[in-house]
Amino acid sequence: MHVGIIFFLIILGSVLFHIFTPWYWTDIASNWQGMDDTITLTFWIGGGVFVAVCLFMIYCLFKFSYKEGRKVEYKPEDKKLEKILTWATTLGIAALLAPGLIIWNQYVNVPKNALEVDVMAWQWGWQYRLPGEDGKLGTTKVTNINDENPFGINVDDPFGRDDILVQSDYINLENNKPVKILLRSVDVLHNWYVPQFRSKMDAVPGIVTFYWFEPNKIGEYEVLCAEYCGVGHYAMRGGVEVQSTKDYNVWLSEQETFQDLIAKNETLEFEDNKLAKNNNINLKQDIYKEE
Amino acid sequence: MSDEHENKSGYQAQSSETIHAQSSEAITGSGSGIAPDMDYVRPAELPEQDLYHPHSFIEKWVFCQDAKVIGVQYFLTAVFTGIVGLILSWLMRLQLGFPGLAGFITAEHYYQFVTMHGMIMVVYFLTALFLGGFGNYLIPLMVGARDMVFPYVNMLSFWMFFVAVVVLMASFFVPGGPTGAGWTLYPPQTILEGTPGHGWGILLMLISLSLFVIGFTMGGLNYMITILQARTRGMTLMRMPLTVWGIFTATVLAMLAFPALLVSSIMMTLDKLLGTSFFMPTILKAGEVLEYGGGSPILFQHLFWFFGHPEVYIVALPAFGIVSDLISVHARKNIFGYRMMVWAIVGIGALSFFVWAHHMYVSGMNPWFGFFFASTTLIIAVPTAMKVYNWILTLWRGNIRINTVMLWCLGFIVTFVNGGITGIFLGNVSVDVPLSDTYFVVAHFHMVMGIAPLMVIMGAIYHWFPLVAGKMLNEKLGKWHFWITFLGAYSIYFPMHYLGFIGVPRRYYEMYDSPYMTSGVGLNEFISTAAFIVGAAQLFLVFNIIKTMKTGKKAEQNPWKANSLEWYTSTVPPEHGNFGDRLPVVHRWPYDYNVPGAEQDYLPQTAAPSEVAHTEVEKT
Ligand code: HEM
Ligand SMILES: [Cu+2]
Ligand SMILES: [Cu+2]
Repeated sequence: MHVGIIFFLIILGSVLFHIFTPWYWTDIASNWQGMDDTITLTFWIGGGVFVAVCLFMIYCLFKFSYKEGRKVEYKPEDKKLEKILTWATTLGIAALLAPGLIIWNQYVNVPKNALEVDVMAWQWGWQYRLPGEDGKLGTTKVTNINDENPFGINVDDPFGRDDILVQSDYINLENNKPVKILLRSVDVLHNWYVPQFRSKMDAVPGIVTFYWFEPNKIGEYEVLCAEYCGVGHYAMRGGVEVQSTKDYNVWLSEQETFQDLIAKNETLEFEDNKLAKNNNINLKQDIYKEE
Repeated sequence: MSDEHENKSGYQAQSSETIHAQSSEAITGSGSGIAPDMDYVRPAELPEQDLYHPHSFIEKWVFCQDAKVIGVQYFLTAVFTGIVGLILSWLMRLQLGFPGLAGFITAEHYYQFVTMHGMIMVVYFLTALFLGGFGNYLIPLMVGARDMVFPYVNMLSFWMFFVAVVVLMASFFVPGGPTGAGWTLYPPQTILEGTPGHGWGILLMLISLSLFVIGFTMGGLNYMITILQARTRGMTLMRMPLTVWGIFTATVLAMLAFPALLVSSIMMTLDKLLGTSFFMPTILKAGEVLEYGGGSPILFQHLFWFFGHPEVYIVALPAFGIVSDLISVHARKNIFGYRMMVWAIVGIGALSFFVWAHHMYVSGMNPWFGFFFASTTLIIAVPTAMKVYNWILTLWRGNIRINTVMLWCLGFIVTFVNGGITGIFLGNVSVDVPLSDTYFVVAHFHMVMGIAPLMVIMGAIYHWFPLVAGKMLNEKLGKWHFWITFLGAYSIYFPMHYLGFIGVPRRYYEMYDSPYMTSGVGLNEFISTAAFIVGAAQLFLVFNIIKTMKTGKKAEQNPWKANSLEWYTSTVPPEHGNFGDRLPVVHRWPYDYNVPGAEQDYLPQTAAPSEVAHTEVEKT
């Protein structure tokens, strides 16, 4: 008796918790509404099955709890019932799988007009690269990476020169414009994840992975690393700001290109050399003095 | 062959004459009516197994070859690792619920705790407990054998496992501490600086896993061959208790899946020690290019999950089997749809080798795999759902004893269905995208492969304790134990799913003040408190066992009035050799409860057809 009541309260509590929970998903800020909808559908069908199975169990507890001499059914099998249950379950599963696959198909097919964004990850930080005026990203190689070429761009690749470099954990995106995130990592696995965009993918050293979404709500969002990458994993945060086209273009024009960086490095190098030469001269003079 | 048998002590190997004698005895009377005929059993084809009898204390309790003692040894060692895993989970929950309260838990420590906790719970606790513990104790008894077919190898199997546990525990004390790579051990991070325990810790982990696989293979061969070859007369495959079916199928899975773990452990050890690059691409660390190149981190993930997914079922299938038996016995009703249950177990086992990449939807593998693996994953849900229906249909129109054992079974049904449903979320590719690597996943797998199997283990302990120890555990303490554990565990993991919806990633030492996360603080405190209570509630069981051993009621021969053979041994607890002079002969399946026309509400598997000629028992 008590047992049935307690189990009933647990099921009731679960349903009420689900309805009134203050903890639920963050407001969506991308085109992946379909994922949320499939989740809702799964909640209806799956949750329905959960409640039905548990209620049936509870009913049995009330109805058939032990009584000396109770008449018990002896019926090892019931072909018809088993068949009905199998087909009903198969149908339910198919109803869930179909939307899941349809949305996955959208997820793996990137729209043509998507802006490619190179997201580079390392232990423990992010930086970003956007295509320049030619609309194409230059090719890269891990072994090219050094202080002068933080993205490892192949210097002789003409597409790379005008690439826009964002050496920061923060990036800006244009509202209502699809982006194709191209992920790469120089050391271990990482994952560029913004809960409000619903989408994610691992960055794998050695290969370039991708996914896409279309931000559709202006605002600032936190970027979290969602694949364990060592002690700093939990601190590997970044940020995205989704802006209107106007604001975005202002931001974009303030960013430096690879060409700018090379030029800056050359002047630096030039000054360094000059300094070094002067030092040498000074040194030599010192030596002369000694003698 | 048979010459060897004769001069050994103990159960006399029956010479070929005795075998003849027995069979002719069974045949006598044929021709005079139907009754004697219907009890006919085919003659034994092989002489009985002769057993090695211990000569000293050490042979009897330490290097013992009796599967029952080995089972208990496995059980106790696994429980010890489980306690370590539990303490680690407390420390993690302390950090998550009350960050900074325990200053000694640094991020390094936290990740070491997560890793050791996960690996211990899955491999060293649950797998060893179900297969090594319950498998060893129950298989020979349930199929009517005197022991496992290779008792010596069986003994080695336990000691290999023991060494594996020692190596694992040693890693807590080496320089750098145990590995903190996550229980999935994904390279390259696992063996690189930046991950705690990337030196000694990971090496010991890989060695320990390899030892575990070797030891398990010895045991696994025993379980399989004993079930296939050493069943007593009349024990056809379709008359075996579902417990045996579950353990059998799980063992076959393990024999096929563990090699993938073994090779990946060896390959990773080589990457670590010899600088090979199986899993290591070109890597830039602290401005320097490491001497690796060309390897594939994703290859490791495929190998790991080719082991890892079947591993889930290696834990789940024995639990399915055991819970079916417990429900049938305590509902006093035949298991509903036995043949469907058997095929479901075998089918799930086979399918479980075709779904592994559902753990890798967002791993960067070719995204087109998603379609295939989502479909296979959801197909598995069908036989699994059938099993659930059959459990509750077994309760229907039964005569349900609501005792402690049944309570654990009911707790299992609730948590398993709950975890199964969230599995459909995660298996369905595009739904997995927002949820993968969040606390939704943590909640899901704890519910379905942490709590649900734990419920079965507890039920099994209360059910078989009288057999193993000869005393009945206290019901009142048992009920307290159940309610606190079940309600507590449910309130840890049910709300935890919603943290995943918010977007909280798993394996996070600290959330700081992420804008959407501040609302989760109270929830985390609640979950941690519940976790402390649930852990502490296990003392009820410890206390119950101590009290029972001291003052408990002595168990009768077959206290639950069950049908399967383990309750029909010559003594309780069963002694070495299990069945006295004569092996039982089986005439029916183990689920003949409340057969119309029968005097009692159960018919042992050994009841001959002539004894029950007046009943309406179906042919089994
Ligand atoms: C009430 C008991 C338990 C508590 C309170 C608990 C708690 C936890 C916590 C806090 C984590 C870390 C989550 C994170 O930071 O991502 C974790 C991870 C894990 N737990 Fe448990 N756990 C319990 C029992 C179990 C059991 C019985 C199993 C057996 C399947 C298990 C398997 C795992 C696994 C596989 C992981 C993942 C480790 C990883 O991410 O590498 N746990 N658990
Ligand atoms: Cu990370
Ligand atoms: Cu899996």
